[in-house]
Amino acid sequence: MLLATAGNVLVWIVWIGAAFACLGSGVAVVSFRNPFFSALALIGNLASLAVLYLLLSAEFVAAAQVLVYGGAVMVMFLFVIAYIGPRQESPWAGGPSWQAVGAVLAASALLVEIIVVVGLKASGGLAHSQHIGRAFGSPAEVGRLFLTDHLLAFEITSVVLLIAAVGGVILGAHARRTPWGSAEGRVDAGT
Amino acid sequence: MLGPDVAWYLAVAGFLFGTGALGVLLRRNPLIVLLSLEIMLNGGNLALIGYSRHLGRGGGQIFALSVMAVAASEVVVGLGLVVALNRRRVPLDVDRLNSLRG
Repeated sequence: MLLATAGNVLVWIVWIGAAFACLGSGVAVVSFRNPFFSALALIGNLASLAVLYLLLSAEFVAAAQVLVYGGAVMVMFLFVIAYIGPRQESPWAGGPSWQAVGAVLAASALLVEIIVVVGLKASGGLAHSQHIGRAFGSPAEVGRLFLTDHLLAFEITSVVLLIAAVGGVILGAHARRTPWGSAEGRVDAGT
Repeated sequence: MLGPDVAWYLAVAGFLFGTGALGVLLRRNPLIVLLSLEIMLNGGNLALIGYSRHLGRGGGQIFALSVMAVAASEVVVGLGLVVALNRRRVPLDVDRLNSLRG
């Protein structure tokens, strides 16, 4: 009993740390002026999200998050940001004001949703989670689900990745050849 | 389930999604718009995994992995577009990228 209580307190502490790191780094991504710092903050966001996934006993998804996002995607982001070079943009300034109004409206709609969720918790709708076995979230279980119940999603994912790879190659090749690009590009730079 | 209920995870997911939506709507640098999109997708992922744990079924994790693959594809195409724009010396500002030709 004492051990269970100590484990509960430990999980709460880890959850609070990870959740606040997650929210803080999310706000930092949106509010930094320099995209390089935003990308670095997003790495912290992804790492703290991986901790939350571990607390939800989704070990394989947490590992995939660190490998795919923290490894591949963020390296590509940082490479492109460094390739383009420092271009600073003043945040929150200029632009039509209906955009800001819509953004605040969307965010407040999300806030209402959160209040509803916490209200559900108060009435006990989300209080009792199912008991899970030891295999829940393990690579073996995820692989079994992928190859039995969700085979179509697996195949569609492979097609999506293939199309994205082809699209990336085509975009890069067009930018290099520029049969129509150079003169038009200078016109664009002037406007 | 040790620690907080799934409702707390859903609250974090909602705040993340709202933060990402604010970034997408307010920022004008396409790179930061892409980064904010990643935050929105991650908020959705957290909600999927939270419900997967709550219901004791693995389907949510499968969907989260599919979302990750879609996010990687989106980053490939988006960054390819940003690099192509940069090579054609087009200003990197989503408010000024408002006309199509041909």
